[in-house]
Amino acid sequence: MNGQFHRLAEQQRPSIAFSLDGQAVTALEGDSLLVAILAQAGHLRVSEFGDGARAGFCLMGACQDCWVWTAAGERLRACSTPLIEGMAILTKPAEDAWLIP
Amino acid sequence: MADPLIAIVGAGPAGLRAAEALVAAGLRPVLIEEGQRDGGQIYRRQPEGFQRGYRDLYGSEAERAARIHELSEELRTKIDYRPETLAWALADQCLQLSHRGRSDNLPFDALILATGATDRIMPLRGWNQAGVFSLGGAQIALKAQACAIGRAPIFLGTGPLLYLVAAQYLKAGADVQVVLDTAPPSRRLAALPQLLSRPGLLWRGLALTAQLRRAGVTLLRGVTPLEILGGEGGLSGLSFRTHGGESKTLACDAVALGYHLRPETQLADLAGCAFHFEPETRQWLPEADAEGRSSAQGVYLAGDNTRILGAEAAELSGRLAALAALEDLGLASDETERRRLVTDLARMERFRKGLVQAFPWPHHFAKSLPDDTVICRCEVVTAGDLRQSLDLTGAKEVNRAKAFSRVGMGRCQGRYCGHAAAEVIAAAQGVPLETVGRLRGQAPVKPLPVATERVVA
Amino acid sequence: MSALSADVIIVGGGFMGAASAFFLRQRGLSVILIERDRVGQHASGVNFGNVRRQGRFLPQLPLANRSREIWGRLPELIGEDLEFLPTGHLRACYSEDRFQMLEDYAAKARHYDLDLELIGRNALHKRFPFLGPDCIGASFSPYDGHANPRLAAPAFARAAVRAGARLFEQTEVLAIDKTDEDFEVTAAKGQVFRGPIVLVTAGAWGNLLSEQFGEPAPLAAHGPQMAVTEPMPYALKPVVGIAATNAEENVYLRQVKRGNIVYGGSRRGPAYPDIRRAYVKPENSLNQFPQLSRLVPALRRLSIIRTWSGVEGYLPDERPIMGPSAKVAGLYYAFGFCGHGFQLGPGVGDVMAELIDRGQTSTPIEDFSIARFQKVVRLSELSQTAGDTPQ
Repeated sequence: MNGQFHRLAEQQRPSIAFSLDGQAVTALEGDSLLVAILAQAGHLRVSEFGDGARAGFCLMGACQDCWVWTAAGERLRACSTPLIEGMAILTKPAEDAWLIP
Repeated sequence: MADPLIAIVGAGPAGLRAAEALVAAGLRPVLIEEGQRDGGQIYRRQPEGFQRGYRDLYGSEAERAARIHELSEELRTKIDYRPETLAWALADQCLQLSHRGRSDNLPFDALILATGATDRIMPLRGWNQAGVFSLGGAQIALKAQACAIGRAPIFLGTGPLLYLVAAQYLKAGADVQVVLDTAPPSRRLAALPQLLSRPGLLWRGLALTAQLRRAGVTLLRGVTPLEILGGEGGLSGLSFRTHGGESKTLACDAVALGYHLRPETQLADLAGCAFHFEPETRQWLPEADAEGRSSAQGVYLAGDNTRILGAEAAELSGRLAALAALEDLGLASDETERRRLVTDLARMERFRKGLVQAFPWPHHFAKSLPDDTVICRCEVVTAGDLRQSLDLTGAKEVNRAKAFSRVGMGRCQGRYCGHAAAEVIAAAQGVPLETVGRLRGQAPVKPLPVATERVVA
Repeated sequence: MSALSADVIIVGGGFMGAASAFFLRQRGLSVILIERDRVGQHASGVNFGNVRRQGRFLPQLPLANRSREIWGRLPELIGEDLEFLPTGHLRACYSEDRFQMLEDYAAKARHYDLDLELIGRNALHKRFPFLGPDCIGASFSPYDGHANPRLAAPAFARAAVRAGARLFEQTEVLAIDKTDEDFEVTAAKGQVFRGPIVLVTAGAWGNLLSEQFGEPAPLAAHGPQMAVTEPMPYALKPVVGIAATNAEENVYLRQVKRGNIVYGGSRRGPAYPDIRRAYVKPENSLNQFPQLSRLVPALRRLSIIRTWSGVEGYLPDERPIMGPSAKVAGLYYAFGFCGHGFQLGPGVGDVMAELIDRGQTSTPIEDFSIARFQKVVRLSELSQTAGDTPQ
């Protein structure tokens, strides 16, 4: 799938591996998690209330529309979290597994 | 007597200039910044290891940005600098500061709020889809991460940022085809006398427009946006009506949306600052005297969180608020400089009024938003949900409407829907906007993890 | 008669006042409902939303049962369900002596048809695997549940108005005077309301009115410390509370169908009736966190998105004031519900309507008479011996 974001410069940075919904992917050192995901995917998460996919909005930590999950069940605000090698990111929570770890 | 503790929230141009003035007075202020790096949104820095130069990043503001960044380096050892720290609550002359999962109390003698602004949004059908970003967000993608929000973005809204971001995208090599401004062309001319109060800035603005035109970008004014189209595969287009009344649809895979800015006022609200309604911009602003004193004792306001004067003014008002705080604490404060700063800011205030006239908030769209337009993107409350709730409950005040309809009740606390929701309520109930009120701020100012530990002194 | 008179003037448009107005109309009495701000704006609208019977003062259970019966048929009564979900209420505990207490309570409550089920450690964790390891047992009340407090009082007021009650919002009552026959209720904007019966349902402000009739109540105002998390998939069905050994432990939580977890508890916060505001103390929020995680560990991974409070009226014995005035014929009270009035709301409305209409009620409420505070005053005046609290 094409990414929503389109890199215009600064593409000489070292690449970093992480996983997105179980798929092995790469992005660049210095990417925010939001950019790392949207460079290869069309969205970050699915709205809780049935109106479809979301990809964040403000990128400055104000709108709170870019919270994603780690495979370990933690929550991260993608626009203000730097990408770290080996992160395992999910764009949606496993239904009610959040309650019973 | 121990030195007074002065806390500053926000390490943008206002906060940094405030810190500078306090350091010069022999104090060691606490400077709190939520982000990883200072500079604010306007002089936001790219991460370590990025190569683009100041000219690329900040254009005509390169020197100003460099000076702010130098100042920040200089201050680093002279202040108590706390990055990655969220001031999530304020009560009883104490801030609650959360940093890496721990929350501590910070009692202060004076507080300077320099929390900046975010995009002001009027929703349209489809704006809740993936691929629609705020203009500020589109700018951050480029400045901080060297990315465009899409391969074929459309820039929609009004205000100086609309043209600035489009021009920045163009310069960075993005495919910029069209800029859609909702402001009617006639408004520019009427605003000219006020805009001439800052000829340099006006000139830079006009130069941006000229650049866009030269590059063949279509600039349309007086448009009425109708719908952002899309589906499973992402955005596909944007439909709108031209100034002449013609319906058009343009293809796009991203939209940058914004109608100028709104002040970030949650902490001022928690501090108990009084607000006043400004009819020209149709919004509630925290009250401040000419030097930045709020109505709350010991609380000062600086930069765009009071009124949208821009980055250059933020530097001045930051410094001025610090001088006012020093004066009120009985410390040395240069009165002549304060008077000069007040005069400079008054000129910038004239320019602001000009911008407001040139790029008006399109409040009249609220009335005709189709019922299935999402107003509150956090809680997915549509215009129809809101109107239906108003019909049932008779609510005419925005907090009351929130209690019944959930509009503004989500994660962002109404930052992005509050103004539009108020307009929908005013239009639906046939009452003046000022009587609808404003959404009250509630702690936590941003989501706070339950895992946060309390630091016990 | 002028338009501003009715059989019953209700002062205070919270849940109790709105429900009373509705049930009085059901009985055919004419009603004026007066609210200083907006209906349900204070304690009625900002509380936790617990529709809980278990754990209540036993003599209050007949009232709670009467109320629970009404909760079950709200749609047919008022046309809305107030998001009532009879999910069951789970009262967990961390210690053997609390479990003993739960057992004792269940034994005594047997006469009140709560059908409480005591669950030991192993069965508890099997059936409610989201509970933390410190939970050693619980009492489950299968027919209790939760509802949306923001909707309750306004919905009852609307139903009352549809049935003919007259509602006056943003109308502050300054004085209530008894003339020969009628009461005269004077509001700040100069309106005067007249009627043979007055019902005071003014919550944390109730004693300001009862005082005018020589019946002061030792009412204290506190603010509940409420918060809500971001939305999560709906999975946590029962309301969960704790039979606590101290105030700090005492948190309670529920998940709404949309997914947010609403909670409150631990220490109460400051409330200021004179400015009609109450606050959440930030340190109280932080102190709630470890208690929440202890009760339901998965909550540790969530973030809270909002906190709020409201002005609630408390009496020293943690029981409300409800019933006729002990001094003035035609005057009735229902206020000071000590933070546990939400479940009772519909029942209080129904009972007060019956009491006013019939002069008596089939549900015992003697324990809540305002007269109990007059006794205290008289006794303490008689014997000045320090520390001797009348029982």
